[in-house]
Amino acid sequence: MRLYVILLILMGTLFGVALMIGPAGIAPLDSLRALVFGGDGPVPLVMREIRLPRALLALMIGAALGMSGAAMQGYLRNPLADPGLIGVSGSAALGAVIAIQTGIAATATLALPLSALAGALIGVVLVLALAGPRGGSLTLILAGIAISALAGALTSLVLNLSPNPFAANDIVFWMMGSLADRSMTHVWLALPLIGVGLGMLAMMRRGLDALTLGEDAAQAMGINLVQLRLLLVFGTACVVGASTAVAGAIGFVGLVVPHMLRGLVGARPGRLLWASALGGAVMLLAADSVVRVILPMRDLKLGVVTALVGAPLFLHLIYRTRRGL
Amino acid sequence: MTLLSVKGLSVSLGGRAVLQDVSLTVQKGEVVGLIGPNGAGKTTLMRAILGLLPHQGHSSLAQLPPRTRGRAAAWMPQSREIAWPVSVETLVTLGRTPHLTPGHRATAEDSAAVDRALERMGLAAFRHRIVTALSGGEQARVLMARALAQEAPLLMADEPIAGLDPAHQISTMRTFASLAAEDGTEGQTEGRAVIVSLHDLGLGVRHCTRLIVLDQGRIVADGAPTTVLTPALLRDTFGISAWFEATPKGPVFQPLEVLE
Repeated sequence: MRLYVILLILMGTLFGVALMIGPAGIAPLDSLRALVFGGDGPVPLVMREIRLPRALLALMIGAALGMSGAAMQGYLRNPLADPGLIGVSGSAALGAVIAIQTGIAATATLALPLSALAGALIGVVLVLALAGPRGGSLTLILAGIAISALAGALTSLVLNLSPNPFAANDIVFWMMGSLADRSMTHVWLALPLIGVGLGMLAMMRRGLDALTLGEDAAQAMGINLVQLRLLLVFGTACVVGASTAVAGAIGFVGLVVPHMLRGLVGARPGRLLWASALGGAVMLLAADSVVRVILPMRDLKLGVVTALVGAPLFLHLIYRTRRGL
Repeated sequence: MTLLSVKGLSVSLGGRAVLQDVSLTVQKGEVVGLIGPNGAGKTTLMRAILGLLPHQGHSSLAQLPPRTRGRAAAWMPQSREIAWPVSVETLVTLGRTPHLTPGHRATAEDSAAVDRALERMGLAAFRHRIVTALSGGEQARVLMARALAQEAPLLMADEPIAGLDPAHQISTMRTFASLAAEDGTEGQTEGRAVIVSLHDLGLGVRHCTRLIVLDQGRIVADGAPTTVLTPALLRDTFGISAWFEATPKGPVFQPLEVLE
């Protein structure tokens, strides 16, 4: 309980910080006043149309990646699992890349995220068709790896055949993941999907706890493994598909956050779900603030920072685990 | 009272008949030892009884809705999986899963059941230890306590004493016997029974009220230990000879030679 309170306070604080940072250089108190009370001039516009959606997206996407990482690790009983494992992020990225390459992305604000979502949907259907609704976790991993590899290969093919260097440039930068220049439209697109997905993943709580004892024992205790698997696949597809669609590929959050918090929830996979959602939001809000503070003029990409911070953190955790053995 | 009835149960895996036309009933008060050579189908039989495998024929447990079945029978698989470094108490509490209504937390009754299970397995002092840091034998006892905490009328355990030290092998078998002897004073159950698969025939003879012998997917003998373990059966099914005698200290069974 105390952990949740601490994480909530951290999240609230960082949300406030994220709202106060930006190239517009507005005094912190003025910015918050403008956000709440509105008014005339550019300040409320900056706050409500630029900073608020950015902070909201960081919060939502961080929570989405954190919780789906925790669910994936719990279901597969493997601390190295990551939400990208079932191929949804790869196929969402492919959808987005095709949209950029064909120029559809330039026709409307939502063209890119919608085609990324279409990619995610195709990916999830393929994974389920390959792995089947029943069956063990191994078939799910293998199907996910196959779909990820295929999506990755097709993404490379698009880049390879791209006659237009600007499109290739756009694609590469988009794939690094970023929350810059997103609008409330993006928030409204992602919010319902992430909300539904988080709800589905949260329903896995008891099943994940029982899976600590293995699939056989969990099933004999009345856990419906088919339902659990569908919750995992569709929940992850919703949150990761929506996240990738609006922000590109942001790695390491889903892998590192559950890993960091596991010890603090007594290693219980069910309790780790919401803790990781809060932790993911904290991590992404922090990272997105760092991006804007360190190199404000260079458009440092969010996905680059999460990987730069996440990888050494992960190494540290591996080192600690090794000593614990 | 009949706790389990199985009629004509058959299982084929990969086109091969692993279990053929098995029928049995288990009454309260019984400690049933399921014995047979490797690959005889002991695990398959228990999993099919629980409905964890596609099967033909009838099993009273497999027909129940999943959560009801979880309250009717506790299952301790052979593979001793513990995926995360949780505390002993947390792990044993998982046994209460089928008793929890969706969205509700464990009640005082659940923690009382957990306390009883820990007490029975002599694990009260281990309550706050991390399970994955315990030895293999200790982990087996914790998993046993988890199955006990389920407080189901029927307990099914697949080789629960493999890898335990002699004292804990005996005390685990005695726990089974005392469970079966109970008539519902603790918990809410009205009499219980245990089905346990074993390779140690000596312990089976001393602590089981009944032995069922499986060979090549069929029941070849079923009854009291003394009537089941005849020299002919030991030769045909296990390919061994043995010394088996009723002594003042109870029946003693010692396998002797492998028969050519």
